[in-house]
Order: sequence, then structure tokens, then C-alpha cells
Amino acid sequence: MAEYFTLLVGAVLINNFVLTKFLGLCIFFGISKNLSASVGMGMAVTSVMTMSSILAWIVYFFVLAPFHLEFLTTIVFVVLTASFVQLLELVIKKQAPALYNMWGIYLLLIATNCIVLAVPILNVENEYSLLKSIVFAIGSGVGFALALILMASLREKLQYADVPKPLEGIGIAFILAGMLSLAFLGFSGMM
Amino acid sequence: MNTPFMIVAVLVGVGAFFGLVLALANKKFAMETNPLIEEVEDILPKGQCGACGYAGCQKYAEAVVEDPDVPPNLCVPGKAAVAEQVAKLTGKHAEAAEPMYAHINCRGGDACRNKAEYEGVADCAAAKLVMGGGKACKYGCIGFGNCVKACHFHALSMGENGLPVVNTKLCTGCGACAKTCPQNIISLVSFESKVEVACSSHDKGATARKACGNACIGCGMCMRNCPHQAIKIENNLAVVDSTICRAKCAQPDCILKCPTKAIRELIV
Repeated sequence: MAEYFTLLVGAVLINNFVLTKFLGLCIFFGISKNLSASVGMGMAVTSVMTMSSILAWIVYFFVLAPFHLEFLTTIVFVVLTASFVQLLELVIKKQAPALYNMWGIYLLLIATNCIVLAVPILNVENEYSLLKSIVFAIGSGVGFALALILMASLREKLQYADVPKPLEGIGIAFILAGMLSLAFLGFSGMM
Repeated sequence: MNTPFMIVAVLVGVGAFFGLVLALANKKFAMETNPLIEEVEDILPKGQCGACGYAGCQKYAEAVVEDPDVPPNLCVPGKAAVAEQVAKLTGKHAEAAEPMYAHINCRGGDACRNKAEYEGVADCAAAKLVMGGGKACKYGCIGFGNCVKACHFHALSMGENGLPVVNTKLCTGCGACAKTCPQNIISLVSFESKVEVACSSHDKGATARKACGNACIGCGMCMRNCPHQAIKIENNLAVVDSTICRAKCAQPDCILKCPTKAIRELIV
């Protein structure tokens, strides 16, 4: 039990994908202008990552590993995550229109995102069990959502600040992200 | 020996499997979308101003095609031309909306005294929260240009005297500025209108005059000089009934008689 807890906390805070591993940065800067969009995006990424991790785990351990084709992991996972996102979009558009209105538009944005690809790859590289993969994927998703929401809250406040002209917009966002990342480095000694 | 064959087999297998699943899902979960929606959306001006009351041009296109009660002339920036085309596509009857533009009901600006020095975020809504802003007139323009920022069509700019200026050639009458103005002093007026009161102060004459040189002091000169009874004084402020004014008046005397020039002729 403690093992899973450490894995979860580790994925959320210590090895936060955005702020310590620098993955998923394009969404991080693209979406974080607006708090409600960030919440939607965080939910979409977490659910997609969890489900595609399960699929990827099955494909890896039942197809790739028995045939010793581990070197094909990346390309197979790209196909897998991209088509899975498409599938998910089709399904929720029909079955749950309310959910689709809430975060459907973010699904296509994450179809080929590095963070969605990185989690399944890290899962199989570390040879996690299926349950551990799920815990790790959820933790990573929550960590991503946390970073996104923190950043969006800061940037919403920033709209009322007197930012020097050359730094307006994405410039000050980079500086903010750097400071957030520094703050998250503080967690690195925890385990 | 076997490896190249296996690579091809596995990749083709995985690809074909997901391709098949997607194709099946596409069939099973197919959504019928009306191609008319896209056609209507192409006609709309894509300013995404929201003047129609929908979240954007696409949402309005959806609504106007699918709901028979949604009129085709809601797109204000598109004016009559767009309304006509939308009506043709959707088979609805279009009544052309009267073209309107934004009018600032304040001539304060630099003529309006400052009661305090406001040092804070340069934003009208923020300034209003602090004792109603720095201007002595609590009804007038605060002058930080929230309306300029709100305009999707670059029709507004801040003039030299601290008041927003409307470029009537660019203004589409969508009303985004009127919605954002915390003082509610922007109104939409018809291009046909002749006379408007450019003041919003409900203060009594002396108070209004003390705060601002261009204020309407509610003296009633315009009312007395209007032969058609188109002007009334309501709550210390002159109000023009523009339907009467437009229909009957050829030579507006009211603007000549106004001691503060708060009532003015519109030149478009």
C-alpha cells in the first residue's frame, strides 16, 4: 500500500511531468491563460492517460514482449494513443454530450501530445504492474492538472499587473513557469 | 531471421486493429450533422462578437439552422446582407435590422474635474470599485478604455480629451462595448438619429455643473425649444425620443439653445 502511495505522490509532486520533466509544455502554455479551460484540460489529460496506459500495458506485455520487439514501443504507442483519443472522442460525442461539451474540444489537442505518450512508455520501461501503471498514470495526470491550474491562476492575476512591455504575454509566462519549476524542485529531496 | 517479418506483421497488425476499431466506431457512433450549418457559418462574419446572444458564430449557425424560432437577422455586424443570405439558406423570412452604431453618452473627459487621484490598475471596472473612480461625476466616463479593449472591430479608440471615440465606419453596432462599460454610458443609436444627449448625469444642475463643464444640468431649455415635444427631462437629464425627433424635426433648435452643449447633433 505504501508503495502505491509513494508512487502517486512521486508522480504528482516530485516528478511532476510539466515542472520537473518539462513534458506537455505546448498545452501548458497554450491553455493556461484561462482557469476553466485548464480544469477541463486537466480532466481530459488524466482520463486519456489512464486509459491509454492500460491499453499500452496490454499491448506491450502481450504483443511486443513475447515477440522481443521492445524497440517498436515508441511507434506502436504513438499509433495506439492517437487512435485511442480519436475513439474516445467518437464515443463520448455520442454517448455523453454533456461531457463532450465540457472537455471534448481538448481531446483532439492531446491526440499526439508528448505527455500522453510519455506515461505509457515510462510505465513499461520501469516494468510496472498493471495496477502500478494505473496509479502512476493517475498521479501524472493529477500532477499535470495541478501545474496547469496553478499556472492559470497566476496568469489570470497577471492580467491586472503592470508587466514591462517586452515581456507581455508569453515572455512573462516563461518566467513564471521557471519560478514554479524552481518551487517544485523543493520536493525533490522528499524521497 | 524472423525479426523483419515480425516487425512488419506486428505494425500492420496493430495499425489494422486500431484502424478497424476506429472505422467501426465511426459507423456505430456516427453523428448526423447538417451540412447547412457549415454553409451558414461561412456567411457569418466570424467576428465572434456574441451580439446575436450565442457563444460564437458557429453556435449561432447551429441554432438558426436547427431551431425554427431563431430569426435569421440576429447577426448585427453582418447587417442586412448577411441576414438576407442566412434567411435564404434557412428558408426563413428576414426583416432587416436597423443599422446601429455605438454612441458615448458622456462629454466629460478632460472637462470633468477629478475628485481624487486614482493610482491603480488602468481598468474602468477596477477604478469604479474604488469610490467610483477618480472623476468628480459618478455617472461619466472613467476613461481607461475598457470599451476600446472590448471592441472586436477596432472601431473605438481613446481620443485626446480622455474620451473614447467611435469610428462609425468600422462600428458594426454589436454592442460589445455597451455591455462591458461599467458606467453603462454607451448606447446603440440608429444611423438615422439626429440628436442625442451626450451626458448621463442624474445629479442636480448645480452639482452636475460643478463636476463637469459639459454636463446636462436639466435646465429644460431643449425641452422648451422643441416644437414637437420630443424631449423630456427625466431625473435631471434630458431624454430625446428619437422616433418623434427623426420623423418630425428638420432643423434642430435644441442643440443651439443648450447652455452646456450637452445635447448635440449627430454627424455620421
